[in-house]
Amino acid sequence: MATRIFVPRDAAARAVGADKVAAAIADEAKRQGLAVEVVRTGSRGLFWLEPLIEVEIGGVRVGFGPVTAKDVPGLFVDGMPAASHPLCVGRPEDIPFLKRQTRITFARCGIVDPLSLADYRAHGGWRGLERARSIGPAATVEAVTKSGLRGRGGAGFPTGIKWKTVADTAADRKYIVCNADEGDSGTYADRMIMEGDPFLLIEGMAIAGFAVGATKGYIYVRSEYPDAIRVMEHAIVLAEREGLLGAEAKFDLEVRVGAGAYVCGEETSLLESLEGKRGQVRAKPPLPAHKGLFGKPTVINNLISLATVPAILADGAEHYAALGMGRSRGTMPIQLAGNAKHGGLFEAAFGLTLGEIVEDIGGGTCTGRPARAVQVGGPLGAYFPRKLFDTPFDYEAFAALDGLIGHGGVVVFDDTVDMAHQARFALEFCAIESCGKCTPCRIGSVRGTETMDKIIRGERVEANLALITDLCQTLKFGSLCALGGFTPYPVMSAIRHFPEDFDRQDPSKSGLKAAAE
Amino acid sequence: MAAWSEAQANDIIRRHTGREGALLPILHDMQAAFGHVPAPAVPFIAHALNLTRAEVHGVVSFYHDFREAPAGRHVLKLCRAEACQSVNGEKLAQQILDRFGLEWGGTTPDGRLTVEATYCLGLCASGPSAMLDGEPMGRLTSASIDDIAREVG
Repeated sequence: MATRIFVPRDAAARAVGADKVAAAIADEAKRQGLAVEVVRTGSRGLFWLEPLIEVEIGGVRVGFGPVTAKDVPGLFVDGMPAASHPLCVGRPEDIPFLKRQTRITFARCGIVDPLSLADYRAHGGWRGLERARSIGPAATVEAVTKSGLRGRGGAGFPTGIKWKTVADTAADRKYIVCNADEGDSGTYADRMIMEGDPFLLIEGMAIAGFAVGATKGYIYVRSEYPDAIRVMEHAIVLAEREGLLGAEAKFDLEVRVGAGAYVCGEETSLLESLEGKRGQVRAKPPLPAHKGLFGKPTVINNLISLATVPAILADGAEHYAALGMGRSRGTMPIQLAGNAKHGGLFEAAFGLTLGEIVEDIGGGTCTGRPARAVQVGGPLGAYFPRKLFDTPFDYEAFAALDGLIGHGGVVVFDDTVDMAHQARFALEFCAIESCGKCTPCRIGSVRGTETMDKIIRGERVEANLALITDLCQTLKFGSLCALGGFTPYPVMSAIRHFPEDFDRQDPSKSGLKAAAE
Repeated sequence: MAAWSEAQANDIIRRHTGREGALLPILHDMQAAFGHVPAPAVPFIAHALNLTRAEVHGVVSFYHDFREAPAGRHVLKLCRAEACQSVNGEKLAQQILDRFGLEWGGTTPDGRLTVEATYCLGLCASGPSAMLDGEPMGRLTSASIDDIAREVG
């Protein structure tokens, strides 16, 4: 029997040469006449080790990484790669980064062939949908409510309550919309699921459709994710062929591709975009649950929320709700990113402190310098200084500090970061991505960027900081959606926690002063 | 990329007739066929979807992806978002722009390369990252600039 060698096809693994490694393995096997089957999987999420290949030896998968195409001949010098090779990392499950996790949503990711329905079923797939069908729609909604699952896009609204609202709203047509417009820097969990376990999302959406009486679902994926789009579309075709989607299943699914607008991650803007319009935010009410896509009751959920539902149904709401802290129940896929030594996906129950995440799990920075600032929750999330590293990862704890956990992105910066530039970037990003509907966001972001430029140049720093503070109040309370409303979080947290970076001298004046002296 | 063809544009529109919210899929297909959304396509799209030309133009101009003129033969998208900033992405991006003598969004005079900013490719633990003609690239260093130059000829 051929030895199976697993090589990720995840975009982040391909970005560092996984395709070349897969080709080199096939070449080397052919040259030596070795019986090898290369299986392309998703990623385990240990990105510093990518490309991380796994060789099945006696039924056990042994990892080697990071492997380059050039390493391949050396790995196969004595036939199959041996555990004595310096690139061997042992069983991936024994690597502390993976061992410490509680993988529920990501249980299969990186292990299975994402486009094998047989793999999906063999690893527990479809149990959630079968359970939902056996207990009926109302009990399915009840299970999701009891699990305590909250929106993983960041808003943290209870998923079960959203579903119940749609289920209770009478209409001739209802929709399930998956928000896979994962635009926050530092996040890649949605991408990993679409590329590594797409049937999971299909199952989650089919459960949602069954629970609320919707027969059509859309997955809105950002155009920056071509790999995810390809895999997801292929998975849908395979599921249709098996009757798992389509007329027989009473549920149709379609991928729709965004067009480079960050604001379309906001749910009402996403719905406008799906309808073929400019992605401008809608005023709420009406809620999408009452009047959503094409005016029909719509469940619009983050991808991770939907992808977590199958496990909740399959293993029980209580099992899921037993994890976590306070009102944050279950697990969160934390995405360690940026200047993290061990960057990757870490799914764990809520409650780890930020310091544990950055220092213990992430291993500090990859530059080896001290971590100075950590932005949590994407471009609209606050910057945290070391003195707040004891903050537990929990919706309420972050909100209490004028921050947010958002979609779970944790971007680490070392001590070379200039926080005045980061604050300026937050405002500039808001200006680039504003949909233009409301004035605070459209104009405020531009004026804010200009004012921050003055501060960086050292012009009337105190007065301009007061102006920024005032402007942030207007943005926070006067904007229609989270883009304008939350841009103050990174800006004000930078000013509050890193005041020394805003203490700028006017270069022209200091020059004069020096000359006078 | 194909030159403008009314017949081909109408073929694209026909393929999407009857779909819910067909405008974005049509625009994506137009851009895939012609390298941009050609201005002469707008009236046909508007007519097919019962929209005004202004409405179609409004959608084309809203989204960063849709081009009103073709890009270079190769398109390099460099991530400028926070995760890539934290690993010196901005400095590397500047080196790349300098190497090809470009500003953000610019195309080399020989039309071989366009360099654009993008805000996150989801490769945030493998930065600085980029995408060259839709293919992901990660852990870029100044040595990668030569690879990019070779790739784009």
